[in-house]
Amino acid sequence: MFENLTERLSGIFENLRRRGRLSEADVDAAMREVRLALLEADVHYGVVKQFTNRVKERAVGHDISRALNPAQQVIKIVNEELIQTLGPPSSLQLKGERPYVIVLVGLQGSGKTTAAAKLAKRLRAMGERTMLVAADPYRPAAVTQLQTLAEQIGVPVFHDADLTPPKLAEKAYQTARKGGVSVVILDTAGRSQMDQDLMDELRAIEKKVPVTETILVVDAMIGQEALNVAQGFRQALPLSGLFLTKIDGDARGGAAISIREVTGIPIKFLGVGESIDAIEEYNPDRLASRILGMGDLLGLIEKA
Amino acid sequence: EKTRKVAFGRIANFLGTSELDDETWEDLEGLLIQADLGVETTLDVIDALKKRVRDEGLTTTGELDQALKDELIARLQEPILPDFSHKPTVIILVGVNGSGKTTSAAKLARRFQDEGKSALLVAADTYRAAAIDQLKVWAERVNVPMIAGQPGGDPGAAAFDGINAAVARKKDVVLIDTAGRLHTRYNLMEEIKKVHRVSGKALPGAPHATWLVLDATTGQNAFQQAKAFQDAVAIDGVILAKLDSSAKGGMAFAIKSQLNLPIIYAGLGEKITDLQPFDREAFVCGIIDRSLEKNNDD
Ligand SMILES: Nc1nc2c(ncn2[C@@H]2O[C@H](COP(=O)(O)OP(=O)(O)OP(=O)(O)O)[C@@H](O)[C@H]2O)c(=O)[nH]1
Ligand SMILES: Nc1nc2c(ncn2[C@@H]2O[C@H](COP(=O)(O)OP(=O)(O)OP(=O)(O)O)[C@@H](O)[C@H]2O)c(=O)[nH]1
Ligand SMILES: [Mg+2]
Ligand SMILES: [Mg+2]
Repeated sequence: MFENLTERLSGIFENLRRRGRLSEADVDAAMREVRLALLEADVHYGVVKQFTNRVKERAVGHDISRALNPAQQVIKIVNEELIQTLGPPSSLQLKGERPYVIVLVGLQGSGKTTAAAKLAKRLRAMGERTMLVAADPYRPAAVTQLQTLAEQIGVPVFHDADLTPPKLAEKAYQTARKGGVSVVILDTAGRSQMDQDLMDELRAIEKKVPVTETILVVDAMIGQEALNVAQGFRQALPLSGLFLTKIDGDARGGAAISIREVTGIPIKFLGVGESIDAIEEYNPDRLASRILGMGDLLGLIEKA
Repeated sequence: EKTRKVAFGRIANFLGTSELDDETWEDLEGLLIQADLGVETTLDVIDALKKRVRDEGLTTTGELDQALKDELIARLQEPILPDFSHKPTVIILVGVNGSGKTTSAAKLARRFQDEGKSALLVAADTYRAAAIDQLKVWAERVNVPMIAGQPGGDPGAAAFDGINAAVARKKDVVLIDTAGRLHTRYNLMEEIKKVHRVSGKALPGAPHATWLVLDATTGQNAFQQAKAFQDAVAIDGVILAKLDSSAKGGMAFAIKSQLNLPIIYAGLGEKITDLQPFDREAFVCGIIDRSLEKNNDD
């Protein structure tokens, strides 16, 4: 079903002898293929439009380098633009007064609870005194799930079944402060950005405690709705980063582009498996190649 | 109501014979792609619609709206239920991580009980933290017995025990909840094949249905998931979970047309009663009407 973008572009440029520059017609033909590749990777329809316009602007009249054929030339520009859009890797910005508070938010089943444990393990290894907070009172056994994961890494879990999530967050924060905890990680319930009550609950949590990082956790397999999800959470909360999960599958992960484009929040982590060690910092080059479905080819072109 | 009229007015403009130009078809293309139908299906639908506009000379808003709906509905199928004459009828739920399997298993148990069938739940996810506890809470809430595997134990053994227990207790339906697994993980796909095989050993003819639970927010990857699970364990149908979200679930079309898999149920929320037999018409209206309303709000 998915023909490689290089093959498609090579087909288009077959008749194109080296004319020195890429004409507008050449580039338009190429952009149709780029557009298709991005849509197949789940980049949002509107974002694809903006993106191809930017690429087109750069590509028209572009001098064809000696080392590259026109197809490679276009791919090089697309790739550079993708990397630009995806942005540099970013880590947690833990500054100011301790304890730092990290809140994980996102749709149902996106991977928040697992991500919370992964972050806790990582921060603990960095020498932080870490505490997890089980702030999902709705999903059956959500608390047990977090406790089970926390046990594997020896991190305490704060929970109180009698408290609403905002009150629980407040009490957890106070407890952490008194106990010399340096990082508090809140695992919240999955929710739709359209659910006003539950979005209000998140707002209330962020009023009760000084939040250092609000991380949106998104499943790499998500489709066109990624844009609305990101926009919805962004409107309600000061998001500070993206955690893209389940990247160990074969989803192309084009949602990352859409989310970056509409929110500007940096991508901070990738989830690469179910185990609590399966967390990686993201690499823009690799994610760009993945979105284009091109593997190592890009590396070769970059060197040319 | 006003929004809707404006919306359909706009669609009439897209498709109306007088003002039909490339840009208006592009708007329709945008609507379908944003509902995750994918480029191929979208172009196929648009071609079919253009042909109808030409051949049938469609002009009114109502006709055009209906033609689009018809085209989409025709690309889907009514749900096909398993043959419940097997006692017990064994159903296995499979799917990628977090798609909604455990919740769907509980919802189905409740639904079947309401239909007068006695159900038994099997917790065969021995891997994920508190997966068994999660199903246990649901089983207690719906008052259905549950057989569970050992944490870290063999999921095949759990399925085997569960089916045997259902036979002994003369239950009508057995629902087996399995661990989430990405379809690209070779070992885990081998494991699910084993659960499938072992079910047949416990009860000849079982499983009577294997359903793929798909998250409606999934994009183009849904197709790869469906294909891989179908290759591994012969899927009979799909449960489209989280259809209450803002997502439209448009991958259902490609999964039907290319893999011939019907959607059986739609998950419409996190509550136990939030599961409905798949309704093609409601599904298609969700894609068209909700998209148009949203576009108009922008
Ligand atoms: N393969 C893979 N699975 C993951 C990854 N992250 C999480 N999962 C799995 O995805 C499923 C859902 O993860 P959870 O952490 O429970 O997701 P959640 O967002 O907390 O879910 P809710 O609390 O119900 O909203 C589980 O089966 C996890 O093991 C990942 O990076 N890769
Ligand atoms: N809104 C909505 N949420 C749902 C629906 N079905 C399941 N969920 C939620 O999605 C999350 C994941 O559901 P589970 O049933 O645990 O998914 P699973 O496939 O069993 O997950 P793993 O076993 O970890 O692979 C939970 O928060 C559920 O409440 C649905 O139809 N609508
Ligand atoms: Mg959770
Ligand atoms: Mg489960």
